[in-house]
Amino acid sequence: MRQGKRSVRLLMLLVVFALVAAACSSSSEETTTTAAGGDEGTTTTEAAMPGEGFKFGMILVGPENDRGWSQAHYEAGKYIEEMTGAEMISLDTVNPADRPETSVEQVVSDMIDQGAQLIFATSDDMKDGIEAAAAEHPDVPMIWSSGDSAWEEGEAYRADLPNLGNIMGKMTIGKAIAGCAAALTSETGNLAYVGPLINDETRRLVSSVYLGAKNCWEKAGNDPADLNLEVNWIGFWFNIPGVTLDPTEVTNAFFDGGADVVLSGIDTTEALVVAGQRAAAGEKVWAIPYDFEGACSEAPEVCLGVPYFNWGPAYLDVAASVMNGTYERQFQWIGPDWTDINNPDTSMIGWVNGDALSDDAAAALDEFIAGLGDGSIDLFVGPLNYQDGSTFLADGEKGTDVQIWYMKQLLEGIEGASSSG
Amino acid sequence: MTRLRLAVPTLVSLFAALVFGVLLLLVVGAPPFEALSLLVEGSFGSASKISATLLAWSPLLLASAGLVITFAAGLWNIGVEGQVIMGAIAASWVARVVPGPGWVVVPGTILAGAIGGAVWALLAGFLKTHGGVHEIFGGLGLDFVAAGIATYLVIGPWKRAGVASTSGTDIFRQEAWMPEFQAFGVGWPVVPVLLGLASVALVWVLLRGTLFGLRLKSVGNNSYSSFLLGIPTNRYLLGAFALGGALAGIAGTVQVTAFHHKLVPAISGGYGFLAILVVLLAGFSAALVAPIALFFVAISVGSTQLDLRLGLDSAFGGVLQGVIVLFVMFGGAFAARRASWSRSTQEEP
Repeated sequence: MRQGKRSVRLLMLLVVFALVAAACSSSSEETTTTAAGGDEGTTTTEAAMPGEGFKFGMILVGPENDRGWSQAHYEAGKYIEEMTGAEMISLDTVNPADRPETSVEQVVSDMIDQGAQLIFATSDDMKDGIEAAAAEHPDVPMIWSSGDSAWEEGEAYRADLPNLGNIMGKMTIGKAIAGCAAALTSETGNLAYVGPLINDETRRLVSSVYLGAKNCWEKAGNDPADLNLEVNWIGFWFNIPGVTLDPTEVTNAFFDGGADVVLSGIDTTEALVVAGQRAAAGEKVWAIPYDFEGACSEAPEVCLGVPYFNWGPAYLDVAASVMNGTYERQFQWIGPDWTDINNPDTSMIGWVNGDALSDDAAAALDEFIAGLGDGSIDLFVGPLNYQDGSTFLADGEKGTDVQIWYMKQLLEGIEGASSSG
Repeated sequence: MTRLRLAVPTLVSLFAALVFGVLLLLVVGAPPFEALSLLVEGSFGSASKISATLLAWSPLLLASAGLVITFAAGLWNIGVEGQVIMGAIAASWVARVVPGPGWVVVPGTILAGAIGGAVWALLAGFLKTHGGVHEIFGGLGLDFVAAGIATYLVIGPWKRAGVASTSGTDIFRQEAWMPEFQAFGVGWPVVPVLLGLASVALVWVLLRGTLFGLRLKSVGNNSYSSFLLGIPTNRYLLGAFALGGALAGIAGTVQVTAFHHKLVPAISGGYGFLAILVVLLAGFSAALVAPIALFFVAISVGSTQLDLRLGLDSAFGGVLQGVIVLFVMFGGAFAARRASWSRSTQEEP
């Protein structure tokens, strides 16, 4: 009898394995269709495509289908494939928790062995790895997205790595739009932000949310004292059980504490999912995801919209320059195409309205975006103070790129840890 | 004869596991033989691949060798994972604060790792011998505590300037890195491999050729009779914990000073848990640990290629490892049952 039970248990384990395998198969199918898509592209164009035979590597920190940061990069890689006929070699979930025996250097070497002539390392977390890899393969052009190693005016300039460039989008604008949408919708004035980890980039983005929210809150005639923005940091770009805080719990705590709009600053969509669940239970709550154009689809009924990256055009430019031999490493911090911020072929930063954004709010938001575009609204103008009351920008002073990139603290008025001390 | 009788079911089980792996690949729609050859190519296909495999092999060897000792003493030392982490933390501390050239710092990190791992193992040991807490629960609890401490240090006191992230501390200065030996255009992890092999040899000799080993095994087989025969059981149990923990701690040193060159929360690489599978598969024998550990890390390291080239989820490697262990243990149990069945039928008439 005991033996019988044991073999049943074993059988169940095997069934579990089979299910896991079946789950894996779906992602493998996706990849094969990708390859097929590339081929199709080449056959429909009569002339040989410029990227025929060109390979590039794409290293992602999270899953390629995370509906957030990593997927946005993955889609950019597919965009290059489509436009040039080049071939992407991608590897996702490259981080020490998911792949303990794999380093970024090893992945880069593997990709170069496979013929990659250009490497994209697409996370802040890959700094050490991609800098080491760039030193090891000085002839291979590489891009470290969101980094500042190629910025001469920056604080971490690496003159010794002439093959390593940086690309980043001016998400300060996208986050300001998100902040505005949140302020136009919130009934309580209590906004909350699920932050990833604390660094220059995230300080700058939370501050942008606040500035955008403040502008629209006051323009709508509300009392500035009633607007609150609270941030809580989970510790990494996405949930790692046992290591980071759980973003689902953080979001629930925000709503329990009286916030009615939660903005996500992490790579994945937990904030939106939680908002959807709570709205289904009758609460008046909303959320704003981040990173990926299609992120709202997880819970469209509570989504106010999403500020997203469109890495495709910038990555395509780099790939083209490598193909024709004119690559030069650059630091690029690219804003939206103001003629149409959602143009997939020209605009680095976009915003799509969500189903939950009211018509009135959408109209006010359009006005805000137009103001940012024509320069009539400039959020980073003094007087602006840091959280501890010290001056960030003096009265009338316009923030420079360097000042905004390297904000030392969150702005005065934001609740939550600001720096690592 | 008994050896052969044991080896045959193991080989049959391995073969069965392989067949099952092939079937899995077919279900997934991947070319099975290309996938298997990619596993081999990905772990042994070039000098740099071999070097990467050896670098992953070393901590697994150390952790497995430590486990063989505690298993010999009859202990289910589930706390290896935590001991690896505490070794890594102690080694990181030395790497961060001790000045001076490499020949001072590197031995310092190894010693610190050993102490860190031993102390953590002794905690579980004292909980068992003096607190009556079973080592499975004590060890597992301490695993979580160690992981928590590592995360706290990374995001707290040891964070990078201006940053609070769980992604890791600053890179250690070059002198604290375990030296590599340059050949064939790649750096070779000679020191880690030597440490790993030495640990296995040490454990093998200890258990085979010393009074300590003999008594330890006797404690492991029957702790009560050993006690009656005058062996200070608790002292031997704690000795096994300390030694096993020290070896696991050195695995942690290897992880921080030879691989990551910084402390990250996931510093153990899961080798503490993987080591349990290795030792189970090795039938608690030190001699078998080395080849089996190599086989396991080869699957881990090579499985990245499945993702890169076939678009397969590289979790397949882990699935294959699990299937192998299941099949071998199932095969062993089956053989044992058949043996006892044939004995009983022989006796009946």
